[in-house]
Amino acid sequence: MYTQALDSPGGAAAADAHERERLERFQERIDRDEKIEPKDWMPEAYRQTLIRQIAQHAHSEVVGMLPEGNWITRAPSLRRKVVLIAKVQDEGGHGMYLYSAAETLGVSRGELIEQLLSGRAKYSSIFNYPTLTWADIGAIGWLVDGAAIMNQIPLCRCSYGPYARAMVRICKEESFHQRQGYEIMLTLSRGSAAQRAMAQDALDRWWWPSLMMFGPSDAHSVHTAQSMRWKIKRFSNDELRQKFIDVTVPQAEFLGLAVPDPDLRWDESAQHYVPGPIDWSEFHAVLKGEGPCNRERLEARHAAHEAGRWVREAAAAFAEKHQEPLRAAQAG
Amino acid sequence: MSVASESARPAPSAEERFEYVLRLADTSLIAGQRLAELLGHGPALEEDLALGNISLDLIGQARLLLALAGRIEGRGRDEDALAFLRDAPDFRNVALAEQPNGDFGATIVRQCLLDAWQLESYECLTGSTDRDLADIAHKAVKECRYHWRFSSGWLARLGEGTEESHARVRAALESLWRFTDELLTPDALDARMAVCGIGPAPALIRERWETRVAAALAQAKLERPAHQHYPWHGKHGVHTEHLGHLLAEMQFVPRAYPGATW
Repeated sequence: MYTQALDSPGGAAAADAHERERLERFQERIDRDEKIEPKDWMPEAYRQTLIRQIAQHAHSEVVGMLPEGNWITRAPSLRRKVVLIAKVQDEGGHGMYLYSAAETLGVSRGELIEQLLSGRAKYSSIFNYPTLTWADIGAIGWLVDGAAIMNQIPLCRCSYGPYARAMVRICKEESFHQRQGYEIMLTLSRGSAAQRAMAQDALDRWWWPSLMMFGPSDAHSVHTAQSMRWKIKRFSNDELRQKFIDVTVPQAEFLGLAVPDPDLRWDESAQHYVPGPIDWSEFHAVLKGEGPCNRERLEARHAAHEAGRWVREAAAAFAEKHQEPLRAAQAG
Repeated sequence: MSVASESARPAPSAEERFEYVLRLADTSLIAGQRLAELLGHGPALEEDLALGNISLDLIGQARLLLALAGRIEGRGRDEDALAFLRDAPDFRNVALAEQPNGDFGATIVRQCLLDAWQLESYECLTGSTDRDLADIAHKAVKECRYHWRFSSGWLARLGEGTEESHARVRAALESLWRFTDELLTPDALDARMAVCGIGPAPALIRERWETRVAAALAQAKLERPAHQHYPWHGKHGVHTEHLGHLLAEMQFVPRAYPGATW
């Protein structure tokens, strides 16, 4: 599309002016809170940022099925089992809407999955922590889904239409998951001494990784400013983290559980809880692939992908013989 | 069915009803637990979601049936006591349901053979003189139609898809076929429940299952394996080694923390 502009220097200047004007008009639309739709013109960097963000979110949903899926077969009652299956299934559904939203930006689900499997694409680091007891299923719902909601509710007003609309549905389901998680924690904390200890242990292990879910502090966050201008991101990492802490600490108190932060204090003048320092070296290590379960999570995705290859090939061959619309085979 | 003909039928004992309902309940529970193992590991997201749905339906059926069994028994056992606190010999599921998932082809073959049996059974049970069972069957039969559509659709894709997929489902069919003996061999309880108007006539189930499965195999370009006599039936509490492992995993938490509520 830029070949003409490259032909003559005068043309390039005119094209630059034209490009600047388009960028301004684009920004004005965003400033007026208009939604950008798939067929609208958009800057390439906006498209790429969105693809990266939506794909990362989609991958997180799909990889996120693994730590919770780890407890489906061991859920302690049939009611808990069906609720957990439905929840993990919702996450797969979220992955599907998000891959579809990313596809409206001109990338296929197959390409995105390839990026995940090759390690080029990221997913939320929280899913690289293990689920060791049943209480972890409660803690994930309460803390991890709680943190995800804080991050995601503002995205329902994100400037890109398909993403914003996907987020409306996802947020409704996530808040349901969050309540279910809290209810598991409540049951455990009102249960036997062993159950209370299990709940406390889960909070001890999930608290700090949950705070890290909001990403590096604003001073070290690379993508924040431009994403805020484009309304792809609407609050900074630190603002969202603070909001999460303020909501969650009283919930822990209600459960009778101790937040594992000896420095945590209430600042009366600011009307906020002030946490102790976050160990960012752990965050960066997990991000780099050195978390407790990074290897297992990617291996599980690889194994499913490889074990499913002959199935997808068979579906494609069958579809070709019968002119059946391709479905599973498209997943790459 | 008229009241007169109902009253002319013999009535089963509570023990017989309990035993019969457990067969249905445990088959749904164990099949649902097996499918639940796969969530997050399917060949594509769509299949993950579909298998999850089927698992949810099956465990949902099991909950209703186990609760009913508990009421019939009248010893205060609820769905969870029956699911988590019985050992393998007390389970009454057909042995086909407990067979491991294997590859996706083996899962599909197992589900297909089982779905056909559940669909025909629940179809008949909607007319049961046992109102509780008939109500559950009305709900279950709709679910089983979808399960059958999914599994027979995939059997056709895999049977006809590629050489590899054909070879895989053929091998799975050969391996699992012996467990269909149990589905089609009625015992005294099956016969008694039919006479009482509670369960379907075994000959009818056999005929309908044969027709349905034969059509699916033909569509999938698969040959029906030769009959294999296999008299070790899960419905009598005689299981394969796989059930014990499935139960050890499923029952671990309530067994490790006796008396706790979750």
